[in-house]
This record gives sequence, structure tokens and C-alpha cells, in this order.
Amino acid sequence: MAGNNPNSKPMNLTLKVWRQKNTKATGRLETYQVKDISPEMSFLEMLDVLNEDLLRSGQDPIAFDHDCREGICGMCSLYINGRAHGPERGTTTCQLHMRKFADGDTITIEPWRATPFPILKDLAVDRSALDRIQQAGGYISVNTGGVPDANEIPIPKSIADKAFDAATCIQCGACVAACKNGSAMLFTSAKVSQLAMLPQGKVERKTRVENMVAQMDIEGFGSCTNIGSCAAECPVGISLENIAMLNREFISAKLTSENL
Amino acid sequence: MSWFTKTFTSTIGRKVLVSVTGLFLCSFLVVHLVGNLQLFNETGDAFNIYSHFMATNPIIRTMEIVLVLGFGFHIYEALVLTRRNQNVRKVDYAYNRPEDNSNWSSRNMGLLGTVILVFLIIHLYNFFWRARFGEPNLIPIEGTEYDDLYSVVVQSFHLWWYVLIYVLGQIALGFHLYHGFQSAFQTLGLNHKKYTPFIQKFGAFFSIVVPAGFASMPLYFFIKDVVL
Amino acid sequence: MILDSKIPEGPLAEKWDKHKFNVKLVNPANKRKYDIIVVGTGLAGASAAATLAELGYNVKAFCFQDSPRRAHSIAAQGGINAAKNYQNDGDSVYRLFYDTIKGGDYRAREANVYRLAQVSVNIIDQCVAQGVPFAREYGGLLANRSFGGAQVSRTFYARGQTGQQLLLGAYSALNRQIAYGKVKMYPRTEMLDLVMVDGKARGIVTRHLITGEIQSHSAHAVILATGGYGNVFFLSTNAMGSNATAAWRAYKKGALFANPCFTQIHPTCIPVSGGYQSKLTLMSESLRNDGRVWVPKAVGDNRAPGDIPEAERDYFLERKYPSFGNLVPRDVASRNAKLACDEGRGVGTTKLAVYLDFADAIKRDGLDAISQKYGNLFEMYAKITGENPYEQPMRIYPAVHYTMGGLWVDYNLMTTVPGLYATGECNFSDHGANRLGASALMQGLADGYFVIPYTIGDYLAQMPAARIEPTHPAFKEAEAAVRADVDRLLSINGTRTVDEFHKALGQIMWDYCGMARNAEGLQFAKKEIQKLRAEFWNDVKVVGTNEELNITLEKAGRVADFLELGELMVDDALNRNESCGGHFREEYQTPENEALRDDENYTYVAAWEYTGPNQQPALHKEELKFENVKLTQRSYK
Repeated sequence: MAGNNPNSKPMNLTLKVWRQKNTKATGRLETYQVKDISPEMSFLEMLDVLNEDLLRSGQDPIAFDHDCREGICGMCSLYINGRAHGPERGTTTCQLHMRKFADGDTITIEPWRATPFPILKDLAVDRSALDRIQQAGGYISVNTGGVPDANEIPIPKSIADKAFDAATCIQCGACVAACKNGSAMLFTSAKVSQLAMLPQGKVERKTRVENMVAQMDIEGFGSCTNIGSCAAECPVGISLENIAMLNREFISAKLTSENL
Repeated sequence: MSWFTKTFTSTIGRKVLVSVTGLFLCSFLVVHLVGNLQLFNETGDAFNIYSHFMATNPIIRTMEIVLVLGFGFHIYEALVLTRRNQNVRKVDYAYNRPEDNSNWSSRNMGLLGTVILVFLIIHLYNFFWRARFGEPNLIPIEGTEYDDLYSVVVQSFHLWWYVLIYVLGQIALGFHLYHGFQSAFQTLGLNHKKYTPFIQKFGAFFSIVVPAGFASMPLYFFIKDVVL
Repeated sequence: MILDSKIPEGPLAEKWDKHKFNVKLVNPANKRKYDIIVVGTGLAGASAAATLAELGYNVKAFCFQDSPRRAHSIAAQGGINAAKNYQNDGDSVYRLFYDTIKGGDYRAREANVYRLAQVSVNIIDQCVAQGVPFAREYGGLLANRSFGGAQVSRTFYARGQTGQQLLLGAYSALNRQIAYGKVKMYPRTEMLDLVMVDGKARGIVTRHLITGEIQSHSAHAVILATGGYGNVFFLSTNAMGSNATAAWRAYKKGALFANPCFTQIHPTCIPVSGGYQSKLTLMSESLRNDGRVWVPKAVGDNRAPGDIPEAERDYFLERKYPSFGNLVPRDVASRNAKLACDEGRGVGTTKLAVYLDFADAIKRDGLDAISQKYGNLFEMYAKITGENPYEQPMRIYPAVHYTMGGLWVDYNLMTTVPGLYATGECNFSDHGANRLGASALMQGLADGYFVIPYTIGDYLAQMPAARIEPTHPAFKEAEAAVRADVDRLLSINGTRTVDEFHKALGQIMWDYCGMARNAEGLQFAKKEIQKLRAEFWNDVKVVGTNEELNITLEKAGRVADFLELGELMVDDALNRNESCGGHFREEYQTPENEALRDDENYTYVAAWEYTGPNQQPALHKEELKFENVKLTQRSYK
């Protein structure tokens, strides 16, 4: 079938892919050749093609996480040519298209690397540490029912918009993967800021930030040294302002909360 | 663990200590630089009176202890965090391009800090140690005996390798400050649409002017007395 | 089998309130003695799991993804409907009810839909209280927009990612209960069988997707919130992992499957670009608020869109449906796009696309206003196609998006298996033959937050609290069966990959059971599917072992179920000799090519009962009674 762009020529590529049987096994980069890759393909479709080839020849296909393939579920990952989610800014791996590469390119594909993200197999890692940070306080404690009418809580549009910007985090973990320190501050700060800005979230803001930061440390993530790789590689553009806000929330909570 | 320990052993708490001590050290740099400008006073008397004052004034001597503590915490907390951070990625990426998403100095604060520390040790040994514990070379200024530290400094600045160490130390300091100054504000949560751009610009200015000021002294004496 | 929908007596508007009063309650102290399994953690599952745990039940929640926050509800873009009438434009619970019944082409249950419209207002309140950042006006109050099939603005939205924000709300409520220990979460775990004891659903058997461990979980009731089966078509807007396995295995254990042929083809998706295509991406229906759909008037017009003068363009939706224009319901918009392409007036290199043009809107409102509204969607389009939609019209084509059919449930959302419930897209109940835009999120959350927490208590209150251990023979038997299925798949070692079979099935379904169907094609498709299924079990290639992360094995199990479900869809489409909503039988159309219903013979829910492997399923009918709305030919002219 013809592509969208009739002039697009198929490409041949060399892939170096991290293969690792399971968490305990030692892994290594394996080299594969893929041929006739359409520039209209998504990066993951290119891997699908490789996997079909591997499967047909009786080899174990490459395991990688993915689900929605629309850039919103946050399940895809991959460190592509030295960059989290590949070379295109503001893009998840599933939305990265092969037209960003050239015929003859060598592409190195590695999993997210961080001790709190153990490798499960090949390129798939366990990011449940991020869930546990959310469980430590990334919510507003309201039960279903018994809440006020939605319009009884007016929120200035500017604040609603800012809270929204923070709320767009897709929990992919690229921030951790890109950070030299393997810090999860950008991730944690997005939720803390979103809820701290909204009137609904102010009730629990002190306890929330204390607990979420404590959990972040327990999980073994590194500390933030304000390098900024996280925000630069974030596919949805979560801003460093959130980290400043997290710091501010944390300091003020520690000074004024009554939690011992 | 008490709330206090919990706070200051958390990653953010430690980072807050690094940033507070860092900003304190920045203020020290300013005082130190202003004092050192006395070196440009050709006779050396002003510098010798100044260094005598620094060595004997009780407030300054107290601040000296605070300063040592400042350095100590700054270095200790940074070391603890760096060790933690190194453990987060036990297997490194085979192919990594951090230069595409961040600047060099922000990723190399530990390295820069170490260079500055080495410089600091040499610097302290040559001047501070000599001034405080060395055999004084007393000269009279307006009827009072002062140690002639001025000559010691000027003579050191005639050695090319010493000037080189000094200049390299200042370059490292410049890069360290370039990231560190604005980073300290970010860590303290002092971020605002209106003021942050100014802080960042001021930080860049600070990181050039202060080290340049320090480097200008050895270069001045070396060029004036040796080159010319 | 007589299907009892258990619709409460009384006037429509009072049914739900009365029912809530009449259901039996489990007292607060006793709730902790009951365990409930929730499979799936999308809007319907996460909201149910969180709410039930808040009430005091012990909940075990399962999802195949690595985190509950990844469930495909997250991809919903446009919004969620609610009869708040914040815009003062004449909306009401009754109007939302009416629009939904009409939009569904009169194939949904009145009582369910009315309840849905009633609780829609609570959903918005609940989500705002959770911190969901809905769009707001400058005054700080909530903003709305309009969606297809409605003439009022009742859609609440969060930029182009309403699904993500609502799911994060439900996920946060779920997280809170996980932290309290009231919900035990099992991610990367797939349900592979339903376990029944004494005719009641008492648990499930799962496979852990990383270790391969096959495990039994027992409970007093099981809720399936596992979404739809759109991936039968291989290409759809569903996530890659979306599957029908849980629902299908429940069907094989006795739950009836209702209206399987009712699939929704969404009109505005990015067209297929090649054979490697793994999924299709939706462009939100909200785009039709400002975008104008057109094709060239002339057949075979190959000029670039900018070179085609206004007079030579056919804005076919505006021409045919002047009162709704580009905002006609999805089935109508999709079918008309297909018609235009069938006439040879399609655009792009594949000729299987129509234009969605924003030039007029940009001229009218300015580039900034349009990018404010749709910026992220435009960006997504540009990333996928490499074209800039600000400068040239988008190319769109219909794609499989949602399945209105699903497990048959009564008013309490219980399937025909006692103790087995189905919520959200997994059930069939509220959308009839076509779902209106922004109603899926509404239904998922309505079921999970506000319906199941009441109705499940009625069932639990009438059963003893004694637990059944997962060592019970029924569990051991189910585990052995699951294990045998896995071993069978691993032992075939054929020559064709799972994806090859899946793609072949998808092609059959799209060609013969897609946007337009006819008896001859359906009969052909049925044979083809049977043939393909036989080939699958002889020739599929699955490598590796069970005791590892085995992506081929996972897929093989799901595709095996799709190969059976596809045939049931065809059976249902063959049985329904009428056109309604998403089900368009070419033999039954008006002279203007509109769907022609047969209310006399087909105003019923077709619920299918499993009768054994490769046996023709048995049809049961639930007659639909319309006491409040008059059945008319849908008209959006």
C-alpha cells in the first residue's frame, strides 16, 4: 500500500538492541539488520517488523512495553540513540516516526536504566516505583458521593491551566531515565504541584508532599541537581517550575506541619 | 528518627543544605574579593592592614568557624548525594547523549567542586596557613608591626605554575557558579515568573565577574612583573 | 432462558431512586467480610474498585498493563457529557436521555439510559472534587463544548485528554485505597478464566505476564471492566493490548453476549498508511466543531486540496444534513465518508480519506484560537503524517473505535451468571446501536462510581459471607484448563505468526462486517473465519515458554478468542436483518442511503449463549419496550 508521501523511500537500518533474558540475567547489545523500513512507520512498528522476522526464524522476539501507541498511556519507553524516547523532543517513542532517521543509520536501543526500574526482560522495565509514589499521597481524599456541585469551586483559569500543565504527566519515567542522577523529582513534582495549586488539594498539601518525597527516597531514586535533562526529554513538557514548587512545598511543610 | 533528622536526611533536605551553604559561600566570595582588591594598592600597606584585621578581629574569627562549617556541609552533603546518585545507575547507557538536553557544568558539579577543593587546599596552604601559623616577616606601617603578607602573595604570583593553578581554579569556580547560583534558588523553591529570569542572568554575571576578579590579581602581577 | 432485565416498576424518572431504596444493604461492619474482584482498571474498573473499597469491601483489582493508569480509557480525547445545563441552553436529564436513545438508534434500554443521564451530573461533581482539571472560563467556572448528535453544549473537557484526566482521578482514588490496604492491586496480570462454584461466579484464574505464574483468586463477586473488543479488527483505535479474553471466557462459562455486531466506526481517524500499520489514531470528534469535511466534487480529482476551488468542493455533510452539518452522529459521518470514497472521490495517495479542513475556522477565529482549542491534536497529526494541518486540510477516514455490544447485563449490571457483573464498554447496556461522542467516559464512570456500588450490595446481602479457598476443586480444575490452553499454544510450533492470523481476521471483519454488511458477505466471512481458526490451531507459531515474559504467548491467547468472537459478530450481523446505528446492512436502506430500521421485528437485544466449541450459539431475545420515546426514523437533516 502506498504511504502518505509518494516520494518516501524505504530504508535499511542497523539496530543495536539490549537483550536480557530476565531481571537476574546479564544483558548485552545484539545487532540486527532491518530492511525496507518505510519512513511513514512509527518506531514501534519498525520493531514489530523486526519481531515478526525474529519470530519466523524461531527466535525470541524483543520484549518492549507499549500499549496505546497514541502518546498518552505512558507505557512505551526506550532509550534511543542516547535519548529518552529518541531524538525528537516532546514525543513519546510510539509517536516517533522513522522519517526522523536516514537510510543506513545505526540505532542503539536500550531500556530505561535506573536501579528503581529493574529490567524485566530486554527493553521492558518495572516502573511500579512510580505507582507507589502516587499511592503515598497523590490524591485528594474524597469518597464517592457527598461532594459539592462542581461549580461551587471556582478556580481562576490561569491556575486551572497551570495545574493542567502539571497534570499532563503520563508517568512514562523518561525523566528518571534521562536524569544523570536517576531522580524522580520531575514526576513527583508534577502531581504535588497540580494538587497544591488547586483549592481542592490544599487541605492535604503538607502531608502529601512529605509522604510522596519520603516514598520517592525509599524507592531509591537519586536527588535532583537541577540539571534539567528531565524537562528537556519529557514528552509532554512538564516544566522545571514544578520542581521548584515541590521544593517550596516540601520546605514549608517541614517547617510548619505538625507531623513529627 | 526525629522530624529534624528526617528532613535533613531526605534528598531534598540535603539539597537545601547544599544550596543554603552554597549561597553563603557566594557571599563569602564577594567579601573575600572586595578585601583582596587591596592588593592593587601598590604599597602593600593596605593589604597587610586588611589581612591583619582579618586574622585578629573576633567577629571575623567567629565567622571563620561558620565558614569552615559552611564548606564542610556543602562538601559533605554534596558527597553523600553524589554517592547516592551514582548508585542509581549501576549499569550505564552504552550510548548516551546528555549534551542534547543539558549543559556541561550542570552535569559536572562534582568534578568542578573537586577541582575547586584541590585549588582551595593549595591556596590555604600558601596563604592562610602561612599567615596564621608561619614565621611572620614583620614590617612597620605607621608605627605598628605587621606581617608582610603582601610580599608573599606578590611573590607567589610571579611563579607561572602557581598563576596557572590559580586561573584554572577560578575557571572551575566560574562553571561551578554558573550552574550553582541559579540552581540554589531553584532548590529553595524560589522560582517566579517575574524574578527567575533575573536570577538566572545575575547568576551568569556573578559566575563570570567574581572568578574573573580573583583571576585578575595573579594575572596582573605576573604580567606586570614577569612578562613585561 | 428468559432474560429478566429487572427494570424497576414506576415512572422512568423515579425508577432509579426507587430501586436504590429497594435494594438490600450490607451493613458497614459486614462489608469487610466480602471480597470483590475487579478485572480492568480503566474508568469503569478503577472507579468501581475505589468506591467499593471506600464502602468497606475488600477489593482485588487486576490489569494487564504495568499500572492501572495505562488503561485505554486514558486515550479518550474529546470529553464527557453531563446534563448540568451550565450553559443555560436547554439541556436537561431528559434531553440527554433522549439524545442518547435516539443516537443509539432506539436499540438501548430506556431505564438504563435514563439512569445514566441522571447520574451524569454527579460524575462531574465527583471528578472536580478529585482535582480533575476540567477546562474553565475566565470566571473560574466550568466550560463546555458541543459534540456530535446533540444540539446543546454539555460536554465537559480537559483539553484533548479528557480520558487521561478522568482516569487519573479514578486512579488517584484507587491509589488511596491501595495505600489503605483495602484494594490489593495486581498489575501485569491477565484473567484467563472465570471460576464458578454452585452456579455462582466465585473467582478467577490469572496468568502473571512476567513470571507466567497461573494463580487462583477467590471472591464473593466478580466485576469485569475489561473494555471492548474492537481489536477483533486488528486495526482499531484501541490500545495494542486491549482484548476480549476476560469477557469471552466469561461468555464460555455462561454469560450471554449481547449485540456483538454493534461496533462503532469513528469518522475522524488518521488514515492507514501501509501494511505495517499496527493501530489507528483517532482525531477527536470535537474537531468537527470547527473542521469542515469535504471531498472534490469530481471523481478522480488529483489536485492538491489548495488548488481545488470552493465551487468544486463537496461539503457533503453540510449539504446532506443542514441542521446538524458536520456534527452528525458518528455512524452517519462514517458512512458518508465511505460513500464518498466508494464513489471514487476519496483523497490522498490511497484514496481512502476525506478532508477535514480548518481553513475557514482559522480565518474566522484566528490561528491562536484554533491552536488553543486543538493544538495538541494538530501536533499529533503532524507527528504521525508529517503534514501541517494548519496549512493543509487533515486527511481522515473512519476506523473501528468502540463496541456497543458486550456482555448482557440486567439493570443491576449483573450478567446471566449470578455474581458476575460487567461495567463500562465491557457490557452492552446504554448505547444501543451507536454511541454518541463523549458518552463512553460518562457510562464508564456512572457504572463504577454510582451504579455498581448500590447494585452489588443487593446481591452480596443475600449470600453468606463464608469464603471459598482457592484450593477448592473448581479452582484447580480451571487452573488445569488454563494450563492446558497455554501448553497447547506452545506446542503447535507452526509456520505463521500470531499477527498474521490477527491481520487476516481483521481484514475479513473489516471487509464483510465493517461499515457496510450484507448477507452474502457475512456468510462468506463466517466460513473464512472458521477456516482461519482451524488454521490457527494447526499452524500458529508461538516461541518460548510459559515461565517468562512471553509477548507471543499473550497475543496468541487473545487472538484465539478474537477468532471465535469474530464469528459471533458475524452471526449477530446476519441475524439482524435491518440497519441501525453502527450496523448497516446494505439490503436495508432508505432511498437516501440512510439506515432503515425494522422496529417491528428487531426491537430487541440479541443475546447469544455459548453452546460448546464450534457449535452454533443460541439466540435469546430481550424485547426493548419504549414507553417514553417514540421510535422515529433518525433525522439529522
